[in-house]
Amino acid sequence: MDYATNLALTLPEVVLGIGGVLLMMVSAWGGPGSTRAVSWTAVAVLGGAVIALLGPAGGGGEAFDGLYRADAFSTFAKVLIYVATAVSILIAPDFFRRTAGDDLRPEYPVLMLFSALGMGMMVSAVDLLTLYVGLEMQSLAAYVLASFVRRDLRSAEAGLKYFVLGSLASGILLYGVSLVYGFTGTTMFDGIAAAYAADAAEPARSLGLVFGLVFVFAGLAFKIAAVPFHMWTPDVYQGAPTPVTAFFASAPKVAAMALAVRVAVEAMGPVTDQWRQIVIFAALASIILGAVGAIGQSNVKRLLAYSSINNVGFALIGLAAGTAEGVAGVLTYMAIYIAMTLGSFLVVLQMRDVNGIQVESIASLSGMSRTRPALAAAMAMFMFSLAGIPPLFGFYAKFAVFDAAVAAGLFPLAAIGVAASVIGAYYYLRIVKTMYFDEPAPAFHKGDEGALQGGLIAVAAVVISPLGYLAIPFLGAWSMAAARALF
Amino acid sequence: MIGLIHYLVVSAILFTMGCVGIFLNRKNLIVILMAIELILLSVNLNLVAFSAALGDLVGQVFAMFVLTVAAGEAAIGLAILVIYYRGRGTIATDDVNRMKG
Repeated sequence: MDYATNLALTLPEVVLGIGGVLLMMVSAWGGPGSTRAVSWTAVAVLGGAVIALLGPAGGGGEAFDGLYRADAFSTFAKVLIYVATAVSILIAPDFFRRTAGDDLRPEYPVLMLFSALGMGMMVSAVDLLTLYVGLEMQSLAAYVLASFVRRDLRSAEAGLKYFVLGSLASGILLYGVSLVYGFTGTTMFDGIAAAYAADAAEPARSLGLVFGLVFVFAGLAFKIAAVPFHMWTPDVYQGAPTPVTAFFASAPKVAAMALAVRVAVEAMGPVTDQWRQIVIFAALASIILGAVGAIGQSNVKRLLAYSSINNVGFALIGLAAGTAEGVAGVLTYMAIYIAMTLGSFLVVLQMRDVNGIQVESIASLSGMSRTRPALAAAMAMFMFSLAGIPPLFGFYAKFAVFDAAVAAGLFPLAAIGVAASVIGAYYYLRIVKTMYFDEPAPAFHKGDEGALQGGLIAVAAVVISPLGYLAIPFLGAWSMAAARALF
Repeated sequence: MIGLIHYLVVSAILFTMGCVGIFLNRKNLIVILMAIELILLSVNLNLVAFSAALGDLVGQVFAMFVLTVAAGEAAIGLAILVIYYRGRGTIATDDVNRMKG
């Protein structure tokens, strides 16, 4: 295969890489004044990467001697990742103008682009080396983004915590990778799957392979913030600037979840019964702890952090099924989840007191139905949808993963999951109650959202409204085609 | 004769020391950075030992990538530590507690 074909298959990464490097030059020479231009160009570069997926990069097969694969699965995940990254870039300038005291520096969109490049490599990785490089590229950019407001102590602390625990997770994952490499003799996913299949046929299992599997899954659980490796999430989500938190809760979550699915199904498919126990435990523990931990929170960003832990648990139920239907359920869940979570964070960005200063406490939402009725209605929709209450679209996401779990015969898992989702409904409804039935907060900013943010909130609200059900034939067929690419 | 198993045992000990160093350390954030490096070095030792035992070069190439990324990671970690120190004036582990809940 010649080099031009390889580059055509990896075109989205090429576009992002070149775009990122050029924009870094522009921001270095242009200084803070170039932020607006760099931001919009970065969004255009992400759009270019999505367009590049229409070509051979959207499903053309393996590139670079089996290190990288472009298939329907990676295309589905990449579209979600690029859209979520573009939204996170667009919402940033307003926020930084109001809080940090100085305007957004142009490094922000550049780091976002590099992070998106790493995430694209993660979801296309079919070799442990590509997996590691992509994961680190995403993480290193994310550590810097978390501590982006240098003068805010909470932001620096969030960056520090994210860095220490993220590096520990990478180390644990790498240790598992080294064991898998040593005991299978290869880093390619298909070779690893063959070695696991051969080992499963032996009467005595190789202990090294089991340890490798456990370490790899522990590292991935850190990255998707599944219990018991979730403890960094609330602190990092609270301390990071809100646009960055919106980013953390959407794009890297999709990328890490897609990576976990690919490793589980493609590299370790022959030992599904072994990793299924780990995934079932992580799913149930995440759902329950995410729901219970959120109850006592007074900071809305912390609450949404627990909500993201809770949602990852539901997505893992689809993975636990271990079937094509289950994987399609995970992809559907993540697609609907990013619309709900980005919508919620867009509303959080609108929370300001009379002086226009950002506020984050749940109590300051009180009486929002009277001061900002449209915004309160949108927030109520996002909360009902996250709780999985029909007829909103979040219900279909939960239905898809539970359907797959029941079809795979995992009745107890589905039953406990449904029961635990009731606990989660409590704190989502508490926000709705605060907005609609509490006395209005003494001072809440009455201004409007601005065309861009208002438009984004409206789009997210329409996606998760009952109108979203019109997209089910399309979404179902696309996610199923993506899932079939793995089996 | 030193065989593969010796290398694996040393590497497992280093890895454990790194993990314990992160969780039991109560004094200094720099020590945490050192513990992270220790974990990455144990992985490198594993990779190179497996590479030699298997007669396969991929492990050594992988170790090169890990070394490179570890350098970048240490640079970013120290940079974050510096802005943290500028704000708080301390790098004691126990003081990293602005957010709770």
